[in-house]
Amino acid sequence: MTFTPTDLEVEGAAGGGTGGDPSPAPPPAQRRRLVRAFLRDRVAVACGVYILLVIVMALAAPLLVKLSGYGPLEFDQSAVDPNLGGLPIGWGGGIGAEHWFGVEPGNGRDIFARIVYGARVSMTIALSATVLTSVLGVVFGLVAGYFGGRVDMLISRVMEFLMAFPALIFMIAVLSALPAENRQLLLVVVISFFGWPYLARIVRGQTMSLKEREFVESARASGASSAQIIFKEILPNLASTIIVMTTLAVPGYVGTEAGLSFLGVGVVPPTPSWGQMIASSVPWYAVDPAYFLIPGSFLFLLVLSFTVLGDRVKKIAESGEGRA
Amino acid sequence: MSRFLLNRLLGMVVVLFLVCLFTFVVFFVLSPDPAVQICGKNCTPEAIDQIRENLGLDQPFLTQFWTFISGLFVGRTYGTGPNAIDCAAPCLGYSFQTSQPVADMIMQRLPVSATIAIGAAVLWLLAGIAGGLISAVREGRFADRFITGLTLTGMSIPNYVLALALQFLLVVTLGWLPFPQAVPFGDDPVQWFMNFLMPWIVLAIGAAAVYTRLTRANVIESLQENYVRTARAKGLSPGLVWRRHALRPALTPIVTIFGMDFANLLGGALITETVFGLNGIGKLAADSITKNDQPVIMGVTLLAAFLVVVGAMVVDLLYTAIDPRVRVGSAK
Repeated sequence: MTFTPTDLEVEGAAGGGTGGDPSPAPPPAQRRRLVRAFLRDRVAVACGVYILLVIVMALAAPLLVKLSGYGPLEFDQSAVDPNLGGLPIGWGGGIGAEHWFGVEPGNGRDIFARIVYGARVSMTIALSATVLTSVLGVVFGLVAGYFGGRVDMLISRVMEFLMAFPALIFMIAVLSALPAENRQLLLVVVISFFGWPYLARIVRGQTMSLKEREFVESARASGASSAQIIFKEILPNLASTIIVMTTLAVPGYVGTEAGLSFLGVGVVPPTPSWGQMIASSVPWYAVDPAYFLIPGSFLFLLVLSFTVLGDRVKKIAESGEGRA
Repeated sequence: MSRFLLNRLLGMVVVLFLVCLFTFVVFFVLSPDPAVQICGKNCTPEAIDQIRENLGLDQPFLTQFWTFISGLFVGRTYGTGPNAIDCAAPCLGYSFQTSQPVADMIMQRLPVSATIAIGAAVLWLLAGIAGGLISAVREGRFADRFITGLTLTGMSIPNYVLALALQFLLVVTLGWLPFPQAVPFGDDPVQWFMNFLMPWIVLAIGAAAVYTRLTRANVIESLQENYVRTARAKGLSPGLVWRRHALRPALTPIVTIFGMDFANLLGGALITETVFGLNGIGKLAADSITKNDQPVIMGVTLLAAFLVVVGAMVVDLLYTAIDPRVRVGSAK
């Protein structure tokens, strides 16, 4: 389930056009109102704060690790008990002043350092995949919707094909067959490759209705080229849809990266990633629960924050608080 | 109607063919030489050549692809002369690792995946539709906000995290469930049920959340309809209005995604099966991927695509049965 890039989007698609009817982009004063409506929402603010925290954590990883004293790849054999099969010494997987989140059983790597560096991987991959899918989705959606005819036929068939494809199995198969170097880039490419049709489908539908509107016609009458009409007239009107769809897509990508790393075809060890940390904690879950609970909670909260945020953005965009 | 069916069937065949081609190309280009893999350590160049010839790997790409496709329908023969092995249709080839026919391997695993998928589907449909209905008729009140909060949580928790947390909580800490252990249904139904309970819950939670939201949104929409007002004005009891007039049209989109979700799950719940060590199709896929067992990966990918495509088609046909507003034949 984690792997449909947009779980929430399905409501819009199936519910019949809740994906947001084409509304003009809000002028600055209304945009401010939109921001204010957003800031009044305490849950949304909390989610935003958590996401910012993770981003800061990712950016400042080397600094934070200096503060805590252990790098993500450093072994600390003094923190684990060789007589107990390498179980961390102390409560909660060795949580204490020395190791803030405890250590990994077995080799004693610092979990705090790995969480902080893992945040880099998760954020980089999820955000890059979001950017790439958005670009692909918007461009193909616009082109298919605007030009129609054969171009539309072709793009629509490709989208149908990609959406019917067993993406997860295929992603795993491709990733396992490819060489291990540059894994992060590959992950982004593979995730985006299967992700863009979900946005493109909606952009296409809206473009088709927008291009019949008067302002497009008058632009055409005054001699604007197709490119000008697409990018200057139609694209700005799609802004709210694109924002909503992309916010809703991010949690899916975070989950997909973690899931692929969990299955052993994502980020290559020893580079830490949250999904991979959870995977390596599986044999230890009964004796050292902190080892899966810590990365598990970080991951869960990140996905939750993005999901809630996407949900709120969608509601605000739909209720028209920003438009009124 | 028959024209519609024909169109769908044709589209289905095209998609499946493309899936075949796509997967085949990727493996043809990407994976390391399987002959070297099979041959093992003490291998001579002659032995490698022999294996290549037997598997048809010395043929050009198009010939190999054609043999594979025709093998699906009429079977194929590996090797020549006295060593020839017949592989009856639908022939998916033989595993590079175990030398078993891939079709048999998949058939052996299918019951486990089916059990997982059916159990989870029952759970998430019940929870999702009930939750969505309650949420919709109590729109804006506490129950609605509580359920909405739950669904966001349910959608966000990665299933392997949930699997580990549940195992830790229910098995290790509370001791309510025994350690998962596969037993056939006939030997010990209780143990069998306990064994599948956690995978069912894990798979159902994420989907139940999505279905709850979908049901809620659609029921709220249909509650605004004129026919609901009419039903209310006629003096029908609220329960009957909700069930018969508000819920029924709301079910159409649910059927749509259910067909896809169920087919997806049947094609292998990779992560859940791996975490719980259940020998279903998902586990088969995960295992063969780590061992680079090409024919098995191909087989599973094809099966999964087949199920999804068939699922989508069944959904389209069911539409007409569920929603009297949709009549394919007359509409098009």
